[in-house]
Amino acid sequence: MAKTESKLATLLAVAVVSASTAALAGGPADDKLVIDDEIEIKTRVAAPEGHPLDELISGWHYRTDETRALEADSFQNPGMLYVERGEEIWNTVDGAAGKSCASCHEDSESFLKGLGASYPKWDADAERPINIELQINKCREENMEAKPYKFDAADQKALTTYIKHQSLGMPVEVDLTQGDMESWWDKGEELYYTRTGQLNLSCATCHEDYNGNYIRADHLSQGNVNGFPTYRLKQSAMVSLHNRFRGCIRDTRAAFPPAFSDDLMALEVYVTWRGSGLGVETPAVRQ
Amino acid sequence: MASPKPRVKVPKKASQGEVITIKTLISHPMESGQRKDKKSGELIPRQIINKFTCEFNGQVVFSCDMDPAVSANPYVEFSAKVNEPGTFKFTWVDDDGSVYETEKKIAVE
Repeated sequence: MAKTESKLATLLAVAVVSASTAALAGGPADDKLVIDDEIEIKTRVAAPEGHPLDELISGWHYRTDETRALEADSFQNPGMLYVERGEEIWNTVDGAAGKSCASCHEDSESFLKGLGASYPKWDADAERPINIELQINKCREENMEAKPYKFDAADQKALTTYIKHQSLGMPVEVDLTQGDMESWWDKGEELYYTRTGQLNLSCATCHEDYNGNYIRADHLSQGNVNGFPTYRLKQSAMVSLHNRFRGCIRDTRAAFPPAFSDDLMALEVYVTWRGSGLGVETPAVRQ
Repeated sequence: MASPKPRVKVPKKASQGEVITIKTLISHPMESGQRKDKKSGELIPRQIINKFTCEFNGQVVFSCDMDPAVSANPYVEFSAKVNEPGTFKFTWVDDDGSVYETEKKIAVE
Protein backbone atom coordinates (compact mmCIF):
# COMPACT_ATOMS: atom_id res chain seq x y z
CA MET A 1 0.00 0.00 0.00
CA ALA A 2 2.76 2.35 1.06
CA LYS A 3 4.58 1.52 -2.17
CA THR A 4 1.53 2.35 -4.29
CA GLU A 5 1.15 5.65 -2.50
CA SER A 6 4.73 6.66 -3.09
CA LYS A 7 4.44 5.63 -6.73
CA LEU A 8 1.34 7.79 -7.03
CA ALA A 9 3.16 10.67 -5.38
CA THR A 10 6.03 10.32 -7.85
CA LEU A 11 3.58 10.27 -10.74
CA LEU A 12 1.90 13.40 -9.42
CA ALA A 13 5.22 15.11 -8.96
CA VAL A 14 6.15 14.30 -12.56
CA ALA A 15 2.82 15.67 -13.73
CA VAL A 16 3.31 18.90 -11.77
CA VAL A 17 6.86 19.37 -13.03
CA SER A 18 5.92 18.84 -16.66
CA ALA A 19 2.96 21.22 -16.33
CA SER A 20 5.12 23.98 -14.91
CA THR A 21 7.82 23.40 -17.55
CA ALA A 22 5.19 23.88 -20.22
CA ALA A 23 4.12 27.16 -18.62
CA LEU A 24 7.73 28.33 -18.36
CA ALA A 25 8.65 27.34 -21.88
CA GLY A 26 5.80 29.58 -22.99
CA GLY A 27 4.92 29.21 -26.61
CA PRO A 28 2.07 31.09 -28.20
CA ALA A 29 -1.17 31.38 -26.21
CA ASP A 30 -4.05 29.32 -27.56
CA ASP A 31 -6.53 32.12 -28.12
CA LYS A 32 -8.44 33.97 -30.81
CA LEU A 33 -8.24 37.69 -31.49
CA VAL A 34 -11.70 39.09 -32.13
CA ILE A 35 -11.87 42.87 -31.84
CA ASP A 36 -15.07 44.15 -30.18
CA ASP A 37 -16.61 40.68 -30.73
CA GLU A 38 -16.90 41.63 -34.40
CA ILE A 39 -13.70 41.59 -36.41
CA GLU A 40 -11.74 38.37 -36.29
CA ILE A 41 -8.07 38.91 -37.03
CA LYS A 42 -5.97 36.21 -38.65
CA THR A 43 -3.21 35.76 -36.11
CA ARG A 44 -2.08 32.29 -37.21
CA VAL A 45 -1.60 31.44 -40.86
CA ALA A 46 0.29 28.88 -42.92
CA ALA A 47 3.63 30.18 -44.14
CA PRO A 48 4.04 31.11 -47.83
CA GLU A 49 6.25 29.00 -50.05
CA GLY A 50 9.95 29.23 -49.30
CA HIS A 51 9.39 30.49 -45.75
CA PRO A 52 11.71 29.05 -43.08
CA LEU A 53 8.82 28.62 -40.60
CA ASP A 54 5.79 26.34 -40.94
CA GLU A 55 3.27 28.61 -39.29
CA LEU A 56 3.23 32.37 -38.93
CA ILE A 57 2.03 33.60 -35.56
CA SER A 58 1.27 37.16 -34.55
CA GLY A 59 3.11 38.65 -31.57
CA TRP A 60 -0.31 39.02 -29.93
CA HIS A 61 -0.19 35.32 -28.97
CA TYR A 62 3.01 35.84 -27.00
CA ARG A 63 1.66 38.52 -24.68
CA THR A 64 -0.09 38.15 -21.32
CA ASP A 65 -3.85 37.62 -20.94
CA GLU A 66 -4.29 41.25 -19.83
CA THR A 67 -2.35 42.72 -22.75
CA ARG A 68 -4.23 40.55 -25.24
CA ALA A 69 -7.55 41.70 -23.75
CA LEU A 70 -6.54 45.36 -24.16
CA GLU A 71 -6.11 44.89 -27.88
CA ALA A 72 -9.39 43.00 -28.26
CA ASP A 73 -11.44 45.97 -27.00
CA SER A 74 -11.10 49.00 -29.24
CA PHE A 75 -12.30 51.25 -26.46
CA GLN A 76 -9.67 50.12 -23.97
CA ASN A 77 -6.90 50.03 -26.58
CA PRO A 78 -4.92 53.24 -25.92
CA GLY A 79 -3.64 53.12 -29.51
CA MET A 80 -7.11 54.14 -30.69
CA LEU A 81 -6.46 57.63 -29.28
CA TYR A 82 -3.73 57.98 -31.90
CA VAL A 83 -6.04 56.67 -34.63
CA GLU A 84 -8.45 59.49 -33.75
CA ARG A 85 -5.64 62.04 -33.76
CA GLY A 86 -4.47 60.67 -37.13
CA GLU A 87 -7.92 61.17 -38.60
CA GLU A 88 -7.82 64.82 -37.52
CA ILE A 89 -4.46 65.27 -39.25
CA TRP A 90 -5.78 63.55 -42.38
CA ASN A 91 -8.47 66.23 -42.65
CA THR A 92 -6.35 69.22 -41.59
CA VAL A 93 -4.92 71.61 -44.19
CA ASP A 94 -1.16 72.11 -43.93
CA GLY A 95 1.54 73.64 -46.15
CA ALA A 96 1.73 76.34 -48.81
CA ALA A 97 -0.56 74.53 -51.26
CA GLY A 98 -3.47 74.77 -48.81
CA LYS A 99 -4.27 71.08 -48.98
CA SER A 100 -4.95 68.27 -46.54
CA CYS A 101 -4.59 64.55 -47.28
CA ALA A 102 -8.36 64.47 -47.79
CA SER A 103 -8.21 67.25 -50.44
CA CYS A 104 -6.61 64.88 -52.95
CA HIS A 105 -7.85 61.53 -51.60
CA GLU A 106 -11.49 62.56 -51.57
CA ASP A 107 -13.04 59.14 -51.14
CA SER A 108 -10.83 58.44 -48.15
CA GLU A 109 -12.62 55.32 -47.01
CA SER A 110 -12.22 53.29 -50.18
CA PHE A 111 -8.81 54.80 -50.92
CA LEU A 112 -7.41 53.76 -47.54
CA LYS A 113 -9.01 50.35 -47.30
CA GLY A 114 -6.23 47.81 -47.78
CA LEU A 115 -3.61 50.45 -48.53
CA GLY A 116 -1.72 49.99 -45.28
CA ALA A 117 -1.57 46.22 -45.79
CA SER A 118 0.35 46.63 -49.06
CA TYR A 119 3.35 48.66 -47.90
CA PRO A 120 6.35 48.81 -48.31
CA LYS A 121 5.95 49.50 -52.02
CA TRP A 122 8.36 50.25 -54.83
CA ASP A 123 8.81 53.96 -55.47
CA ALA A 124 9.86 54.45 -59.09
CA ASP A 125 10.97 58.08 -58.50
CA ALA A 126 13.26 57.29 -55.61
CA GLU A 127 14.19 53.88 -57.07
CA ARG A 128 13.84 52.25 -53.68
CA PRO A 129 11.03 50.81 -51.56
CA ILE A 130 9.12 53.26 -49.39
CA ASN A 131 6.90 52.71 -46.38
CA ILE A 132 3.85 54.66 -45.23
CA GLU A 133 5.93 57.22 -43.32
CA LEU A 134 7.97 58.03 -46.43
CA GLN A 135 4.85 58.07 -48.62
CA ILE A 136 3.31 60.65 -46.26
CA ASN A 137 6.45 62.78 -46.46
CA LYS A 138 6.50 62.50 -50.24
CA CYS A 139 2.89 63.73 -50.41
CA ARG A 140 3.63 66.53 -47.97
CA GLU A 141 6.59 67.79 -49.98
CA GLU A 142 5.29 67.31 -53.51
CA ASN A 143 1.58 67.96 -53.19
CA MET A 144 1.01 69.92 -49.98
CA GLU A 145 4.24 71.93 -50.11
CA ALA A 146 4.60 71.26 -46.40
CA LYS A 147 7.67 70.25 -44.43
CA PRO A 148 8.25 66.50 -44.21
CA TYR A 149 7.82 65.01 -40.75
CA LYS A 150 10.95 64.26 -38.79
CA PHE A 151 11.39 60.61 -37.84
CA ASP A 152 8.99 59.64 -35.06
CA ALA A 153 7.32 63.05 -34.84
CA ALA A 154 4.07 62.61 -32.89
CA ASP A 155 1.99 63.53 -35.96
CA GLN A 156 3.90 61.11 -38.19
CA LYS A 157 3.14 58.23 -35.83
CA ALA A 158 -0.52 59.21 -35.42
CA LEU A 159 -1.13 59.59 -39.17
CA THR A 160 0.66 56.32 -39.97
CA THR A 161 -1.39 54.58 -37.28
CA TYR A 162 -4.62 55.98 -38.72
CA ILE A 163 -3.75 54.92 -42.27
CA LYS A 164 -2.76 51.39 -41.28
CA HIS A 165 -5.79 50.99 -39.02
CA GLN A 166 -8.05 51.43 -42.09
CA SER A 167 -6.80 47.99 -43.20
CA LEU A 168 -7.61 46.34 -39.87
CA GLY A 169 -7.89 42.57 -40.33
CA MET A 170 -6.79 42.60 -43.97
CA PRO A 171 -3.90 40.28 -44.84
CA VAL A 172 -0.39 41.72 -45.10
CA GLU A 173 0.78 41.42 -48.68
CA VAL A 174 3.99 42.80 -50.14
CA ASP A 175 4.24 42.89 -53.93
CA LEU A 176 7.77 41.72 -54.68
CA THR A 177 7.28 41.90 -58.45
CA GLN A 178 7.43 45.70 -58.52
CA GLY A 179 10.70 47.36 -59.56
CA ASP A 180 13.74 45.96 -57.86
CA MET A 181 11.92 44.69 -54.76
CA GLU A 182 13.45 41.23 -55.08
CA SER A 183 17.00 42.47 -54.58
CA TRP A 184 15.91 44.54 -51.57
CA TRP A 185 14.27 41.39 -50.21
CA ASP A 186 17.60 39.58 -50.70
CA LYS A 187 19.45 42.32 -48.88
CA GLY A 188 16.90 42.24 -46.07
CA GLU A 189 17.25 38.49 -45.75
CA GLU A 190 21.01 38.79 -45.50
CA LEU A 191 20.68 41.39 -42.74
CA TYR A 192 18.12 39.23 -40.92
CA TYR A 193 20.59 36.36 -40.63
CA THR A 194 23.72 38.44 -39.95
CA ARG A 195 24.90 38.38 -36.36
CA THR A 196 25.75 41.82 -34.99
CA GLY A 197 26.81 43.55 -31.81
CA GLN A 198 28.76 42.52 -28.75
CA LEU A 199 26.10 39.92 -27.99
CA ASN A 200 26.53 38.47 -31.47
CA LEU A 201 22.83 38.06 -32.19
CA SER A 202 20.98 38.13 -35.48
CA CYS A 203 17.25 38.76 -35.86
CA ALA A 204 16.91 35.03 -36.56
CA THR A 205 18.58 34.01 -33.29
CA CYS A 206 15.67 35.28 -31.23
CA HIS A 207 12.77 35.37 -33.64
CA GLU A 208 13.37 32.20 -35.67
CA ASP A 209 15.42 29.83 -33.50
CA TYR A 210 14.10 30.75 -30.06
CA ASN A 211 10.64 32.24 -30.49
CA GLY A 212 8.28 31.04 -27.80
CA ASN A 213 11.11 31.00 -25.26
CA TYR A 214 12.00 33.61 -22.71
CA ILE A 215 14.97 35.94 -22.95
CA ARG A 216 15.14 37.02 -19.34
CA ALA A 217 11.57 38.23 -18.65
CA ASP A 218 10.70 38.84 -22.28
CA HIS A 219 8.66 36.31 -24.19
CA LEU A 220 10.15 36.09 -27.66
CA SER A 221 7.74 36.24 -30.60
CA GLN A 222 8.36 35.57 -34.25
CA GLY A 223 8.94 39.28 -34.72
CA ASN A 224 6.10 39.83 -37.16
CA VAL A 225 5.25 43.44 -37.97
CA ASN A 226 1.53 43.26 -38.79
CA GLY A 227 0.64 45.35 -35.71
CA PHE A 228 2.91 48.35 -36.29
CA PRO A 229 2.83 51.15 -35.31
CA THR A 230 2.25 49.41 -31.99
CA TYR A 231 1.14 50.77 -28.63
CA ARG A 232 3.84 49.62 -26.23
CA LEU A 233 2.90 49.70 -22.56
CA LYS A 234 6.55 50.22 -21.64
CA GLN A 235 6.69 53.56 -23.48
CA SER A 236 2.97 54.37 -22.98
CA ALA A 237 3.06 55.54 -26.59
CA MET A 238 3.00 54.42 -30.20
CA VAL A 239 6.23 52.82 -31.38
CA SER A 240 7.08 52.88 -35.08
CA LEU A 241 8.62 49.91 -36.88
CA HIS A 242 11.98 51.58 -37.47
CA ASN A 243 12.12 52.63 -33.82
CA ARG A 244 11.62 48.97 -32.87
CA PHE A 245 14.24 47.80 -35.38
CA ARG A 246 16.71 50.24 -33.88
CA GLY A 247 15.75 49.14 -30.37
CA CYS A 248 16.41 45.48 -31.20
CA ILE A 249 19.75 46.26 -32.85
CA ARG A 250 20.75 48.45 -29.89
CA ASP A 251 19.92 45.55 -27.56
CA THR A 252 22.45 43.37 -29.38
CA ARG A 253 24.90 46.14 -28.44
CA ALA A 254 25.57 47.12 -32.02
CA ALA A 255 25.57 50.56 -33.63
CA PHE A 256 22.17 51.01 -35.24
CA PRO A 257 21.49 52.44 -38.72
CA PRO A 258 19.39 55.59 -39.19
CA ALA A 259 15.63 55.24 -39.64
CA PHE A 260 14.53 54.82 -43.27
CA SER A 261 18.13 54.05 -44.29
CA ASP A 262 18.69 51.47 -47.04
CA ASP A 263 19.49 48.82 -44.43
CA LEU A 264 16.31 49.31 -42.43
CA MET A 265 14.12 49.64 -45.55
CA ALA A 266 15.52 46.34 -46.84
CA LEU A 267 14.84 44.79 -43.45
CA GLU A 268 11.28 46.17 -43.52
CA VAL A 269 10.64 44.61 -46.94
CA TYR A 270 11.94 41.23 -45.79
CA VAL A 271 10.36 41.18 -42.31
CA THR A 272 6.99 42.34 -43.66
CA TRP A 273 7.12 39.48 -46.18
CA ARG A 274 7.85 37.07 -43.33
CA GLY A 275 4.41 37.94 -41.92
CA SER A 276 2.54 37.60 -45.24
CA GLY A 277 -1.11 36.71 -44.71
CA LEU A 278 -1.36 37.81 -41.08
CA GLY A 279 -4.14 40.32 -40.49
CA VAL A 280 -3.21 43.96 -39.90
CA GLU A 281 -3.63 44.66 -36.16
CA THR A 282 -2.64 48.34 -36.02
CA PRO A 283 -2.75 49.65 -33.35
CA ALA A 284 -1.58 46.43 -31.71
CA VAL A 285 -0.90 46.46 -27.95
CA ARG A 286 2.32 44.95 -26.73
CA GLN A 287 4.33 44.75 -23.50
CA MET B 1 -0.07 64.45 -28.15
CA ALA B 2 -2.43 67.31 -28.56
CA SER B 3 -4.53 68.48 -25.59
CA PRO B 4 -6.09 65.68 -23.54
CA LYS B 5 -9.19 64.24 -25.13
CA PRO B 6 -11.70 62.27 -23.09
CA ARG B 7 -13.50 59.22 -24.45
CA VAL B 8 -16.52 57.74 -22.71
CA LYS B 9 -18.65 54.70 -23.41
CA VAL B 10 -22.15 54.67 -21.90
CA PRO B 11 -25.09 52.61 -23.21
CA LYS B 12 -27.66 54.78 -25.02
CA LYS B 13 -30.51 53.29 -23.05
CA ALA B 14 -31.14 51.07 -20.06
CA SER B 15 -34.13 49.59 -18.27
CA GLN B 16 -35.13 51.17 -14.99
CA GLY B 17 -32.94 50.07 -12.08
CA GLU B 18 -30.40 48.44 -14.42
CA VAL B 19 -26.75 48.39 -13.42
CA ILE B 20 -24.71 49.55 -16.40
CA THR B 21 -20.98 49.49 -17.09
CA ILE B 22 -19.31 52.79 -17.90
CA LYS B 23 -15.88 52.94 -19.52
CA THR B 24 -13.74 56.06 -19.66
CA LEU B 25 -10.37 56.84 -21.17
CA ILE B 26 -8.49 60.11 -21.48
CA SER B 27 -5.31 60.84 -23.40
CA HIS B 28 -2.79 62.26 -20.94
CA PRO B 29 0.97 61.75 -20.45
CA MET B 30 0.61 61.41 -16.62
CA GLU B 31 4.13 62.77 -16.10
CA SER B 32 5.10 61.37 -12.71
CA GLY B 33 7.59 64.04 -11.63
CA GLN B 34 10.22 61.33 -11.09
CA ARG B 35 11.73 61.34 -14.56
CA LYS B 36 14.67 63.41 -15.70
CA ASP B 37 15.06 65.17 -19.01
CA LYS B 38 17.60 63.09 -20.92
CA LYS B 39 19.43 66.11 -22.32
CA SER B 40 19.46 68.58 -19.43
CA GLY B 41 19.32 66.14 -16.53
CA GLU B 42 16.64 68.28 -14.86
CA LEU B 43 13.56 66.74 -13.28
CA ILE B 44 10.49 66.94 -15.50
CA PRO B 45 7.81 68.57 -13.35
CA ARG B 46 4.89 66.41 -12.31
CA GLN B 47 1.75 66.80 -14.34
CA ILE B 48 -0.98 64.26 -13.85
CA ILE B 49 -4.72 64.07 -13.70
CA ASN B 50 -5.30 63.98 -9.96
CA LYS B 51 -9.07 63.58 -9.75
CA PHE B 52 -11.83 61.97 -11.75
CA THR B 53 -15.53 62.40 -11.03
CA CYS B 54 -18.71 61.11 -12.60
CA GLU B 55 -22.05 62.75 -11.76
CA PHE B 56 -25.52 61.64 -12.77
CA ASN B 57 -28.10 64.44 -12.82
CA GLY B 58 -25.91 66.43 -10.45
CA GLN B 59 -25.29 63.62 -7.99
CA VAL B 60 -21.83 62.06 -7.68
CA VAL B 61 -21.95 58.36 -8.57
CA PHE B 62 -18.22 57.70 -8.78
CA SER B 63 -15.06 59.61 -7.99
CA CYS B 64 -11.43 58.80 -7.40
CA ASP B 65 -8.10 60.47 -6.75
CA MET B 66 -5.16 59.51 -8.91
CA ASP B 67 -1.50 59.42 -7.95
CA PRO B 68 1.74 59.56 -9.93
CA ALA B 69 1.98 55.78 -10.29
CA VAL B 70 -1.05 55.71 -12.61
CA SER B 71 0.18 55.16 -16.15
CA ALA B 72 -0.40 57.36 -19.19
CA ASN B 73 -3.86 57.54 -20.77
CA PRO B 74 -5.74 56.46 -17.62
CA TYR B 75 -8.63 54.06 -18.16
CA VAL B 76 -11.38 53.91 -15.55
CA GLU B 77 -14.27 51.46 -15.63
CA PHE B 78 -17.09 51.37 -13.09
CA SER B 79 -20.78 50.53 -12.82
CA ALA B 80 -23.78 52.69 -11.97
CA LYS B 81 -27.44 52.02 -11.31
CA VAL B 82 -29.83 53.93 -13.55
CA ASN B 83 -33.23 54.74 -12.01
CA GLU B 84 -34.23 57.59 -14.30
CA PRO B 85 -33.26 59.11 -17.64
CA GLY B 86 -30.62 61.77 -17.43
CA THR B 87 -27.09 62.87 -18.13
CA PHE B 88 -23.78 61.53 -16.94
CA LYS B 89 -21.19 64.26 -16.53
CA PHE B 90 -17.53 63.27 -16.42
CA THR B 91 -14.80 65.53 -15.07
CA TRP B 92 -11.02 65.11 -15.03
CA VAL B 93 -8.90 67.59 -13.05
CA ASP B 94 -5.33 68.25 -14.17
CA ASP B 95 -2.43 69.33 -11.90
CA ASP B 96 -2.18 72.58 -13.88
CA GLY B 97 -5.79 73.42 -12.99
CA SER B 98 -7.28 72.49 -16.36
CA VAL B 99 -10.58 70.67 -16.22
CA TYR B 100 -11.63 68.31 -19.00
CA GLU B 101 -15.31 67.52 -19.24
CA THR B 102 -17.71 65.49 -21.31
CA GLU B 103 -21.33 64.42 -21.01
CA LYS B 104 -23.45 61.47 -22.11
CA LYS B 105 -27.22 61.14 -22.08
CA ILE B 106 -29.03 57.94 -21.24
CA ALA B 107 -32.68 57.04 -21.86
CA VAL B 108 -34.71 54.75 -19.64
CA GLU B 109 -37.31 52.49 -21.17
